[in-house]
Amino acid sequence: MSAFRAILARDLRLALRQALDSLLVVAFFVIAVVLFPLGVGPEANVLSRMSSGVIWVAALLSVLLSMDRLFQADYEDGSLDLLALSPAALETVVIAKVLAHWLVTGLPLIIAAPVLAVLLNMPADGFGLLVLALLLGTPALNLIGALGAALVLGARRGGVLLALLILPLSVPVLIFGVGAVEAAISGYAARVPMLLLGAILAGSLALCPWGAAAALRQALE
Amino acid sequence: MNDKTDKGRFDCRGLACVRGGRRVFDRLNMTLKAGGALVLRGPNGSGKSSLLRLMAGLLHPAEGQIAWDSAPVADDPEAHRARLCYVGHLDAQKPALTLRENLAFWAEIQGGGDVGRALDAFALTALADQPARFLSAGQRRRANLARLALAPRALWLLDEPATALDQETRLRLNALIADLRRTGGMVVVSTHEDLDLREAHTLNMADYAPRPGEAAA
Repeated sequence: MSAFRAILARDLRLALRQALDSLLVVAFFVIAVVLFPLGVGPEANVLSRMSSGVIWVAALLSVLLSMDRLFQADYEDGSLDLLALSPAALETVVIAKVLAHWLVTGLPLIIAAPVLAVLLNMPADGFGLLVLALLLGTPALNLIGALGAALVLGARRGGVLLALLILPLSVPVLIFGVGAVEAAISGYAARVPMLLLGAILAGSLALCPWGAAAALRQALE
Repeated sequence: MNDKTDKGRFDCRGLACVRGGRRVFDRLNMTLKAGGALVLRGPNGSGKSSLLRLMAGLLHPAEGQIAWDSAPVADDPEAHRARLCYVGHLDAQKPALTLRENLAFWAEIQGGGDVGRALDAFALTALADQPARFLSAGQRRRANLARLALAPRALWLLDEPATALDQETRLRLNALIADLRRTGGMVVVSTHEDLDLREAHTLNMADYAPRPGEAAA
């Protein structure tokens, strides 16, 4: 556990010293969403209709954009070798790194989401569930992204390959995330899509660190 | 010093290494006893770094076996990792963190160690609060080598440790290696430059190059 704490603390400290890196992710998220009213036109009904989908797709792309560096720096400077030789399991290393990454990129994104929802004229009924659904969905996206980032480690054009790998795997998160917000807006119970989002998070928490650790071991060979 | 550095016997038997489909070396045998030192020599690409990574357990041998006290290390990789300290080509220093923070991180990861003493061992105390990005290659190298002094380990695997080091630091490293061997530890060093290791065995990697005609793995 001390290794988990050490990696979490180190990655958070690194993120604070290089705060621009995490701000860029949020900035990308905001700009991507703001582009839609410009492209589709300022019609309130149209924007309102597509608001939840736009925010979720932009969140998905922002996560994707931020993931490819997750293990890259540690791989390039030799830290990953030493982490693999440490008493801590690589699975623990993966979970600690994903948690730190989510805290510095996922949380700011969730805080920005309601503001963007106002911009897109989303009905106020959806705000609460948008935040809750993102709280369940973005960690799952980060975990899936970590698996992809570990698989493409050391590959040329890793970023594009990463997108091809993890976008299809992210579709369920997108569907149930949008489903939960839409249900709340139309006055239905959002229980089922929220439960499914929770199940996806639990499943990815169990599977992704394990797969990512195996991929990291392969990358170090 | 605890007693885990007091004994041990480190063996490689019939080791073969394949990298990217190419056989780098094969039929490599070596034995190190407590207090022993082994110097790996050979031209570029002869497999010195690969052999060290095999010994550390970062790579898996294509053939053969690595054993500690006659027990294959593949059977208990955790115990093997706990007894070794590996210093590779890359310095594993985060540019945004200070030397002390970098070293304290590695100490916490391996479950403890005396950061102050380790900094002192490589004369880094004065630089300890500098971010690693402002340091020279030699200073970063020293910071990486300082991990050796964090906690006692039975086996040091050093990949060209003297690169970029000044004469004074080489002497310090020599002294640390001598201390380790006096307490029964072992060291494997790949080097082009001369570290003054007394009574060290030399392993010439060229002796284990695959013979022509068997080169296809």
